[in-house]
Amino acid sequence: MKPGVASIFSPTLAARFDVLVEKYPVKRSALIPMLLYAQDEAGYLSEAVIAEIARRLSLTELEVRNVASYYSMLRFKPAGRYNIQVCTNICCMLKGAYDVLDRFREELHIDPNGTTPDGLFSLEEVECIGACCWGPAIQVNYDFHDEIKPDHVPGIVGGYRGKAQAEGKK
Amino acid sequence: MPRLVSHPDEVKIVSRRFGQGATNIDRYIELGGYEAAKKALAQGPDWIINEMKASNLRGRGGAGFSTGMKWSFVPKQSAKPKSVLVNGDESEPGTCKDHLIFLHDPHSVIEGTIIAGLAIGAKTGFIYLRGEYRYLLEIVEKAVAAAYAHGFLGKRIFGSDTEFQIITQTGAGAYEVGEESALMESLEGKRGIPRIKPPFPAVVGLYGGPTIINNAETIATVPHIISMGAAPYAEIGTPRNGGTRLFCLSGHVERPGVYELPMGYNLKKMIYEVGGGIAGGRALKAVVPGGSSTPVLLPEEIDIGMDFDQVGKAGSMLGSGGVVVIDDHTCMVEFALRTIAFYQHESCGWCIPCREGTDWLKKSLSRFHAGFGRAADIDNIRRIAENILGRTFCPLGDAAAMPTIAFVKKFRKEFEDHLNGRPCPFAKEGVPQLAVV
Amino acid sequence: MTTRLGILRDSEQKMPDVTFTVDGKKLTAPAGTLLIDACRKAGIEIPAFCYYPGLSLQAACRMCVVRQEKVPKLQTACTTMVAEGQSFITESEEIAAARKGTIELLLGNHPLDCPVCDAGGECELQDMNFKYGAGESLYTEAKRHRDEQQWSPAVFYDRPRCILCYRCTRICGEGMDVWALGIENRNASSVIAPNLGNRLDCEQCGMCIDICPVGALTSGAYRYKTRPWEMNHVSTVCTHCGDGCKVTLGIRTSTEGAEIIRGDNRDKSGINNDFLCAKGRFGFDFVDHPDRLTKPLVRNSAGTLEPATWEHALRIAATKLKEIRDTRSGAAIGVIGSNRTTNEENYLLQKFARTVLGTNNIDHERTTDYAAFARALAGHPGKTATLREIGRAPAILLIGGDPTNEHPLLAWQIRTNVRLNRARLYIANSKPIKLDRQAKATQEIPAGGYKNLAEFLDSGQSDFSKAVLAEESLIVIFGEEFRSAAVDELVAWGLKRGNIRFAYLGDHSNSRGAADMGLFPDLLPGYVPVTAPGAFAEYPNLPSTHGRTLPQMFEAAANGELGALFVVGANPISRLELDPEALRDTLVIVQDLFLTETAALADVVLPAASLYEKSGTVTNSFGDVQLARKAADRPGVRPDFEILVRLAGAMGVDVKTLVPFAHGSVTGDLGQSRGAQAGEADRHSVWLEANGLEPKLSPFDSLALLDEIQRLVPGYAPSESFDRFSLFAGNDVPSELGNSPGFVPISTLRGPDLIAPNHDGLFTSATLGRYCRGLTELEQHQETVKEAVAAAD
Ligand SMILES: Cc1cc2nc3c(=O)[nH]c(=O)nc-3n(C[C@H](O)[C@H](O)[C@H](O)COP(=O)(O)O)c2cc1C
Ligand code: SF4
Ligand code: FES
Repeated sequence: MKPGVASIFSPTLAARFDVLVEKYPVKRSALIPMLLYAQDEAGYLSEAVIAEIARRLSLTELEVRNVASYYSMLRFKPAGRYNIQVCTNICCMLKGAYDVLDRFREELHIDPNGTTPDGLFSLEEVECIGACCWGPAIQVNYDFHDEIKPDHVPGIVGGYRGKAQAEGKK
Repeated sequence: MPRLVSHPDEVKIVSRRFGQGATNIDRYIELGGYEAAKKALAQGPDWIINEMKASNLRGRGGAGFSTGMKWSFVPKQSAKPKSVLVNGDESEPGTCKDHLIFLHDPHSVIEGTIIAGLAIGAKTGFIYLRGEYRYLLEIVEKAVAAAYAHGFLGKRIFGSDTEFQIITQTGAGAYEVGEESALMESLEGKRGIPRIKPPFPAVVGLYGGPTIINNAETIATVPHIISMGAAPYAEIGTPRNGGTRLFCLSGHVERPGVYELPMGYNLKKMIYEVGGGIAGGRALKAVVPGGSSTPVLLPEEIDIGMDFDQVGKAGSMLGSGGVVVIDDHTCMVEFALRTIAFYQHESCGWCIPCREGTDWLKKSLSRFHAGFGRAADIDNIRRIAENILGRTFCPLGDAAAMPTIAFVKKFRKEFEDHLNGRPCPFAKEGVPQLAVV
Repeated sequence: MTTRLGILRDSEQKMPDVTFTVDGKKLTAPAGTLLIDACRKAGIEIPAFCYYPGLSLQAACRMCVVRQEKVPKLQTACTTMVAEGQSFITESEEIAAARKGTIELLLGNHPLDCPVCDAGGECELQDMNFKYGAGESLYTEAKRHRDEQQWSPAVFYDRPRCILCYRCTRICGEGMDVWALGIENRNASSVIAPNLGNRLDCEQCGMCIDICPVGALTSGAYRYKTRPWEMNHVSTVCTHCGDGCKVTLGIRTSTEGAEIIRGDNRDKSGINNDFLCAKGRFGFDFVDHPDRLTKPLVRNSAGTLEPATWEHALRIAATKLKEIRDTRSGAAIGVIGSNRTTNEENYLLQKFARTVLGTNNIDHERTTDYAAFARALAGHPGKTATLREIGRAPAILLIGGDPTNEHPLLAWQIRTNVRLNRARLYIANSKPIKLDRQAKATQEIPAGGYKNLAEFLDSGQSDFSKAVLAEESLIVIFGEEFRSAAVDELVAWGLKRGNIRFAYLGDHSNSRGAADMGLFPDLLPGYVPVTAPGAFAEYPNLPSTHGRTLPQMFEAAANGELGALFVVGANPISRLELDPEALRDTLVIVQDLFLTETAALADVVLPAASLYEKSGTVTNSFGDVQLARKAADRPGVRPDFEILVRLAGAMGVDVKTLVPFAHGSVTGDLGQSRGAQAGEADRHSVWLEANGLEPKLSPFDSLALLDEIQRLVPGYAPSESFDRFSLFAGNDVPSELGNSPGFVPISTLRGPDLIAPNHDGLFTSATLGRYCRGLTELEQHQETVKEAVAAAD
């Protein structure tokens, strides 16, 4: 990135990006990890995030959006602090994934792609997450939870709520 | 943490170190790790490739191409740097074996990558993990750092004059990126659109240089073959199908899990003995033998050996080793719909037949499953699938079409039972049906 | 840059021919040729949406599938490279079924709104459907809907109609090097997306609209105006810049005349092949601008201009001109010609000035120094480069200028040549330009340092000059930065090196023609000096001394020495910022489209037809001559050619002396009066006969003068390359500058101060540009988006 231009990322992440662009034989290879890590920090890919990443990689914003919009984990709108991703693909479905998804709906009073009013949780129905033998499986942000039964749902939600409280926010 | 299982019929080669703390490099070395890489370094490329050919190892990513052959296609001389690319995108529904390898034995992948690099004369290896595997990426990255610290990676690996670097990479959610050329595009920071072939990756691949792409399990198997010798390894499997394979047994079985069984292991036995039979004592309705893209088998079709050739002969494919067991309480229309919904979602959108065909199939099937089907739809669904089959840019189109054709062919009666506004015969109170799109 | 380029067509690497079989026929083509190209060349049509010659390969539409012997799956002809002994089937039941299946899938989501779609009737999907017939619709689902988007005043996008062939993204990126279009999302949600999210920041060339095989991208200028088959399509030459693109105008006849409703380049038959810029495509709307003059105007006794009949206006103009000529001599009359009128009109104008008005006071608004170029090249034919040659030259040196903005087609030719043939481009410029991206090497030149360039190159000091000197053959392109002696020096350097050809850039659609046709006070057509002994001997009463230059005419007017100024299609008051007061006592007659600053001063204003409303030839910067065809019609206006003939007639001139029409034409009749010619044969008739041509029947047929031009003007003579049949078939034919006589002195009449380049950009076109509402809108759009981008940064 051009010296003198302020970064919208935290110093840690900005430093990580400085390393990342040097990591590959071609700078552009850093694009997808950068988008993902930026999203982890900023919550979603805002215009500003896209602009800075484009600048760092000497790409146009169009190129960055073209790539970002291809990948299903990347989003252009904020999600909850804990994004609950319920796999309903065949193996999980056979083991009752839709019941689990329903239970999350009830527990959080939101539909898939919704976010709770306090911004703590969002819910998503996702494709296979690579935990087929341990279904139904969910991911909360990057944490896997295997062999979920609907009855586990309140505990999981409670756990994250507690975690958020412990971290002192909300 | 995914549950580990075991069964006496298992032959543990790749899964040998699962649950043994082998993520720690010292522990890995203690368990015989990195000896194969040293041996390979001493023996040289031709020897490695010959061993690989003799082992009859066939790619574990799905297509089952001979690994030794693939490596031998790489030109000896090349103006552009050569690469080894490890495909850890594991996204085929029903498949979760690479997950366990990265979790329990990341060094085996690193060691396999080094050996592959030695075989083709590459100086760089790339390990690409799907974005959802973030916690595994952290494990792999730690392992890579440890290997550097031990001098197993770097400018002079194992104290030799040979250089080998490993670069890790994450995806961000895209099944299609598991296709080898789309994988290279993604690694280059682009949309996951497959490339036109030829040229094949062995000639023009990553960053324009010759590249071999192998599934993570394939690569993790390599050090074991080098250590134990090709012949004993080949001996374990069936003709032209060497060794063992990680089978992911999922769905309605008593004991789901990842089992390492010899190639050619009987499918029926796998379900009833290794898996402990159908869960809850129900009856078997169908088996998807090799991940969601492989045509479904009926109970009477499963007395077969699980290797590429025998499953092929039975009209399906061994694929990625994901065995999905379906009991008699399952609605096959819904199952077909969920399968197609996946391929519709994951189609890269590049070519017309796949993009439009999967979209149409998903719409038709969801309307059908919701009870608004017409008799003509059944044939039409099959016809759409046939219009996709063999006409797409990459095999994803086939992956959507083949199972669809099999569902309609083998479960026509069940499709008919959904007609005339009849509710899904399998719907229980409160079971959500997929909304009509 | 994209890696999906497929095969690079490397012109230097000739592959050996191979023989293969297609549908039982033996074909031969260089190894590695794409099967689809080889077939098309042999007349075997293979359908395709995504394949587009010259752009990267996609293999996305799957329409081009064929069966290859011994290969299990159908193969795409667009990616199959032919090799010895292969055998293919391109039409069979199986293949037709595959194509039909694909169309059927496409039509699933494609709206069936053909009756209201702009592309209806010229839609490749319709045609394909007609051929492979996916007749019955099995699709009962709701189609995906997405609202239509307006990306710019020029470009609208309708996603449901889009078949995702990626032609638009490629023409914009690879072709234009603009990269303003991309693809967002994946699967059936994929959309084409513009670079600003919902708006386009680009050169607004509109090529994406032309290249779209369906009606997904439509033109702001044309949408919902008519059905394609309701139009006549006339291919003519763009009236704007000096590159001379061929443009097809869609014409609808109404009670108002024939109206232009579309400009495009779908037939790609011209010098510009695929290309057309915003001016060519959208810059035709000046023709029906409300300010367009449609009636002659005559200044009344109260001093205001009021409408008059043609007869009246012409009579006034003729009487006054005659009076001034007869009382004060021709030297008291000045004539200014146009950069936009045709060659025939310019030729006629100077002939009228010289032989009727009896003056060499004739000039035009010079945008570059073609006279110096002609002098430098005199006696060296074959040293200029046509635009087509630039498109295939192995090496190009571009000095100064900014072709992307000022010569868009030249920029396209260079880019395409670099991209497809790996041509080597060298750029010497005082500032960075967009074409630097295609350059093999660039050299910064201090502003004003261009004149030392040859010396700098010869010194071979820098890598740049070494590389340039190492080229076996080279085309050198330069513009108005070189004038007068600097042109001589540069050309002399090139002639000495021997392997160099030149192109010299001028500004407007017929700037080169104006110069070639002798709109100079000291040069006759073909750069023949008026002082040369025997020059244009058959012109009666040719004044043999230099006339006044344009600025000198204004000086003379200010001094009361100019009784009349006759201006045809020029606006010197505004363009050269001249003092209108100078013309206080001068009779001014103006022929133009609009009441320009100059026309507003006139005593008589004659409403002229634009280039789109008449026929004739024009010559672009590169010397390529093309035929402009009459497309539109505007009641009230007359072509400049006709006005001149009528004016001459009103002055009592036998128009045959000006325009050799009808049998036994002019020179025969006048033989006696022209001493030297007495008794000689009618040269014009002899010439026509020798060239198999018929005499023209009407004095208003401007092509009668093309015959005379070809007979008299050095460089325009019929030849193997200047083939009239080819010209009339709509092709460009090269004129030859090196054939001009070569004893032109460096006259004081031509100094750098006489050259006033216009530097028009993508949306401007001197005075005419003001009346192009579409272009103004595009320019404003671009300004707004540039501001928005700047604000975001
Ligand atoms: C649509 C599609 C998705 C694929 N996904 C994966 C994947 O997730 N992991 C994988 O190893 N191979 C995947 N493959 C197979 C790869 O293209 C490639 O054949 C494989 O990585 C080669 O490794 P192998 O020879 O070791 O099997 C996929 C193929 C296709 C067509
Ligand atoms: S079959 Fe076509 S649209 Fe589907 S994933 Fe492959 S290339 Fe993309
Ligand atoms: S033209 Fe070949 S796939 Fe489109």
